[in-house]
Amino acid sequence: MNDKRFNVLLGFAALVVVFIFAGFLFTLVVQSLPAVKQEGAAFLYGSEWNPVTTRFGALPFIIGTLMTSAIALAIAIPLSLSAGVVMGEYVNSILVRSVLNTLINVLASIPSVVFGLWGIEVVIPLVRSLAMSVGAPPYGAGILSASLVLAIMIIPYMSSMTREALVNVHAGLREGAYALGLTKQEVVTGIALPFAKNSIFAGILLSLGRALGETMAVTMLIGNATRIPTSLFSLGNTLASVIASQFNEAASDVHRSAMIGLALILFVITMIIGWFGRTLMRKGMGAHGE
Amino acid sequence: MENNVFTGEYKRRKRKDIVFRLAILVPTGIVVSLLILILAQVVVNGSKALNLDFFFQQQKPFGEVGGGVVQAIVGTIMLLVVAILIALPFSLLAALYLYEHKGSKRANALLDVVSTLQGIPSIVIGVVIYTWVVVPLKTFSAFAGGIALSIVMLPLMISMIKESLDMVPSSYLEAALALGVPRWRAVVEIIVPAAASGILEATGLGIARAAGETAPLIFTSFGNPFLSLNFMAPVSALPLVIYEYVKSPYDDWHQKAWGAALLLVLFVLSLNLLIGTRKKR
Repeated sequence: MNDKRFNVLLGFAALVVVFIFAGFLFTLVVQSLPAVKQEGAAFLYGSEWNPVTTRFGALPFIIGTLMTSAIALAIAIPLSLSAGVVMGEYVNSILVRSVLNTLINVLASIPSVVFGLWGIEVVIPLVRSLAMSVGAPPYGAGILSASLVLAIMIIPYMSSMTREALVNVHAGLREGAYALGLTKQEVVTGIALPFAKNSIFAGILLSLGRALGETMAVTMLIGNATRIPTSLFSLGNTLASVIASQFNEAASDVHRSAMIGLALILFVITMIIGWFGRTLMRKGMGAHGE
Repeated sequence: MENNVFTGEYKRRKRKDIVFRLAILVPTGIVVSLLILILAQVVVNGSKALNLDFFFQQQKPFGEVGGGVVQAIVGTIMLLVVAILIALPFSLLAALYLYEHKGSKRANALLDVVSTLQGIPSIVIGVVIYTWVVVPLKTFSAFAGGIALSIVMLPLMISMIKESLDMVPSSYLEAALALGVPRWRAVVEIIVPAAASGILEATGLGIARAAGETAPLIFTSFGNPFLSLNFMAPVSALPLVIYEYVKSPYDDWHQKAWGAALLLVLFVLSLNLLIGTRKKR
């Protein structure tokens, strides 16, 4: 061993990591070619997904993914921002703060399949009785159940990102504002939140990235129907859930290739959102008034 | 008179302050009670399933009451062993690369790749490892599942190990170099041991993260109703058992799914708490 060999070894490990990433992209593109060649651009906007007639349009799953993620965000954002503000600005007792932090961390580390189990046993019956009372088909499973559990899953992550963004706002700004006689609410909405807004928005984007790619809980709750969802109570599928539920039972090579195409769409979308989120995060770090 | 206008304005602002406080405390209360409810349900429902058979018996045939999930417990251990054997050396070496080339363009590009890998949905990892490992070997296996989990661990462990290497005071390296120690030996024998606790924490968190992953296993380790110690054959895992059992019509299997969920949550939690208390010291 010498310095030169040591450096070669480290460079090799670094290259392996880069090759894993490049290999993922390469494999997804090459393996999805048969389906994309057959369907052409209709692979992205085709509304029929039928392994029997070998028609493969991803639109039902793209809509399912956007619907569940949008509803989940709409529920999670107000709850997480409130919880983040309370944890970051209002809780002074060290004990309460550490209890809240531990609870949030515990929930963030619970596996997705456990949330799926909880959703099946608790959320689905609730949604079913709600559906019956409004006269919708009483499946229980469907877009609403999946979105609700998805929201609960991203709340711990989003609220701890919000809390962190607020804690990073320079203390001098806050002290100056209090010295001028502002109320707590004025300090929070007028000083702390505006200075933390880039980081908070980055947290929301990164949570969206998680929601889009979330697989197990959604697969267990969405009802796995390959048609475009028309209401909150419709059965549906997301890009991730259709792969999880059909990949092992692929009817043909084209069917499998089409699902690898769905994985490629998911990969590219989450990559772009993650990149935006990280860029904003870096920008947010520099804008905390220090 | 002027004084009254001023106190009126002050009262209005105070009221607004109180309304805002309520407006954020109520949703926070909802969030906290929901989170406590979920945890409580996992503990209450799960503990009903835990008994000696649960840990030491194999799954009974469809519809028969009793038996356990030893095949899944052993399968999860096998998968995690394969994953950590792959992920630890690669993440340590890649983190050392980042440490040695701190601030260079290549290191920054590698950091970007690592964060991108961290954001890949785990189902995509399953699909790719299926084509890389399962198709050429013509069989689902613990080996393939372990590789998939190692890719879940890798980006997390690289960034954590890199952080703990960066925490080692640079004077350690400088002192060693000043004494004429070759750079690679200084790094391997001084920097790495100084960061050992951080590396251990990264390993623990990597295991905690991978233990609950289901999506990368469906197409790689596949699942197996029987206890199998063969790394080149399909194996079961705790998250797979939850996924499979909850779809079944048997109450006994639903209860076992809760039991497996509690076991998984306890495992992940104790790893997290262990690491948390170490950090505080």
